[in-house]
Amino acid sequence: MGILTGLWRTMLLGTKSLLLHPMRSGLTVLGIFIGVASVIWLLAIGEGISLEAQKQIASLGARNIIVRTVKPPSEVLGDARVAVYGLRYDEFDMLVDTIPQIARAVPIREVKRMIRFGPNEVDGRLVGSTPDYFQATKLVVDRGRILNAADVEKRKDFCVLSKEVAQKLFPYQDPIGRRVLLPENNDFYEVIGVLKHRTATAAIGGSFSAQDFTKDVYIPLTTMNQRLGRQVWRRAAGTFEGEEVQLNQITLRVHRIEDVIPASQLIKDALRSHDATMDVDTVVPLELLEQAKTTRLMFMVFMGLIAAVSLLVGGIGIMNIMLATVTERTREIGIRRALGARRSKIISQFLVETITLSVIGGIVGVLAGLTCPWFITRGRDLLATVLEEEMAALPASVMSMVPTIVPISIPIAFGISVLVGIVFGIYPAIRAASMDPIEALRHE
Amino acid sequence: MTAAVIATDLVKDYVLKSETVHALRGITFEIPPGDYVAVMGPSGSGKSTLLNLLGCLDRPTDGTLILGESNVALLNDNELSDIRAQRVGFVFQSYNLIQQLNVVENIQVPLYYQGKLGREEKQRSRELADMVGLGDRLKHRPSQLSGGQQQRVAIARSMVNNPYYILADEPTGNLDSVTSNEILDLFDKLHEQGRTIILVTHENDVSERTNRIIRLMDGEIEVDKRIKPLPDGSSFTQAVEPEAGTDDEIVMGSSMNDQSSDE
Repeated sequence: MGILTGLWRTMLLGTKSLLLHPMRSGLTVLGIFIGVASVIWLLAIGEGISLEAQKQIASLGARNIIVRTVKPPSEVLGDARVAVYGLRYDEFDMLVDTIPQIARAVPIREVKRMIRFGPNEVDGRLVGSTPDYFQATKLVVDRGRILNAADVEKRKDFCVLSKEVAQKLFPYQDPIGRRVLLPENNDFYEVIGVLKHRTATAAIGGSFSAQDFTKDVYIPLTTMNQRLGRQVWRRAAGTFEGEEVQLNQITLRVHRIEDVIPASQLIKDALRSHDATMDVDTVVPLELLEQAKTTRLMFMVFMGLIAAVSLLVGGIGIMNIMLATVTERTREIGIRRALGARRSKIISQFLVETITLSVIGGIVGVLAGLTCPWFITRGRDLLATVLEEEMAALPASVMSMVPTIVPISIPIAFGISVLVGIVFGIYPAIRAASMDPIEALRHE
Repeated sequence: MTAAVIATDLVKDYVLKSETVHALRGITFEIPPGDYVAVMGPSGSGKSTLLNLLGCLDRPTDGTLILGESNVALLNDNELSDIRAQRVGFVFQSYNLIQQLNVVENIQVPLYYQGKLGREEKQRSRELADMVGLGDRLKHRPSQLSGGQQQRVAIARSMVNNPYYILADEPTGNLDSVTSNEILDLFDKLHEQGRTIILVTHENDVSERTNRIIRLMDGEIEVDKRIKPLPDGSSFTQAVEPEAGTDDEIVMGSSMNDQSSDE
């Protein structure tokens, strides 16, 4: 009780002394405030970006293993008029037959094609696949229906449009039942369904380019092979370039999450032994997720370091002010010593003042830190309305990222601010206490 | 009852750049309770050093200085602080009030460092403020008071811990003559109440109001002269007998070899 009231009195006294110089005290508090707020802000933004990345990786499917065709460098391909590379059907069959963990395998072939309806045109991507594709990539039908097994088997000339393609080709009509034209092949496809919007997946670590679903037109793989043939010719710089790619991607799904890593190893080994050319890349979202978590930690440490530097700067500010204060109040120190203050009392008096400053800075900083998500999202919305084009050019992850306050950052930031107060306050306080009372009394 | 303070062969040396300054060269005196003493002397005579020792702000190099039951020479820094908080009352020339505290709070500072600041003590601080005539300005800051008023606060502060003696260092040095008189009247009043007062001054009209003059010269006591008897109310009777006619002799340079406090 006695200690508490004593402490309370010391705090009141400290506050009074600080209020003698409101501007100076305010600026000192500001230093700590910025430090604490920046710890919380930086960690919240880091966490938001990391969560967004994890979400996008997770949207690839944690149980999925994605095998993609990669165009090898031209030295490997040689001078053949038709470049032959990539995943093949025999490889697809081999994987499905030999790797027991695989629950489902979706073959995918993609070709860039112009798609037209009346006067409207879309430079789209024709995707040939099986009904499983829609489930594996989490595509949801909005109107009509998706492709089914019978469509694939009977090589139906049906197509399913992405929402964006449908909007461009049919701005004022219901696309269901209409026939779109592929002018390059002079082929018609009947629209049987339109999908809901699907956000693009992340491009992670350069091994997997971002997948944008907005230009997709889906048709049965069997229909595609029959109508487009095996080779695809494309006009480029006055010459024709031929390509023969059987499959662009195989999306494999394993039974259990524990199977992902061993199965992915088996798949990599199997593909390497089957075909030595480096025309295949295996992407394991789960691995990426683990990587992303590691990256998150590094990111946190990095952000934390930056914030720590600003707290350090705040601490130096405190020390600077307190040293000036001690010199300025030399006479007061002398009076107090003459009237019976022990050295420890002088130390605690000045220490309480610095701690009061840093605690106030810490509290205000934490409160300001908590406003981070609000400020970032509002600020982004505001910028998006003012600088529409510039903001649209930013990656989707920046636009959809929501800062997430890391709970532990609050006590950490606050604790560090108090610690800064003690560490940077102790030296000026000791200096004050070690003054000779006689000299101090003589000080003008 | 013993004396308020007994100094025996008090020596204080300062080392300044390898040169030793002998500020006090072994002085001996005793001040009984209820005495009213003026310490005088030219600058460099050792007044300030003696004042610092009596105020327990410093320790003697040699000799003993007995305050109550403690020998100041043997105390450590914390004990010196405690004895200042409990047993010494300071009044300075420049008042030395703490600017951010109001009148009552300034009076309470020594109690605060003694660690006892209860209801009773607070009441006592208010009574002291009343006694020095500032009962209606308890919440005023020093900057809102005149010099004389500030010195009154300082006097009230010097009594709040019920000290062995009040040490006043040129208490009227910064004041005009009218205010000085008021302050000296206040000291007279305290003296009548039985307080022990040690007053450092170089003004003869100040020292004339005291009971006894100790004049220092070059670190030694040149004169220790009682000019008025100890008041009857004082429990201390072992004082120097007043000598008739000495009043006139307290002029500069009067050198009596009366260098003793008695026995």
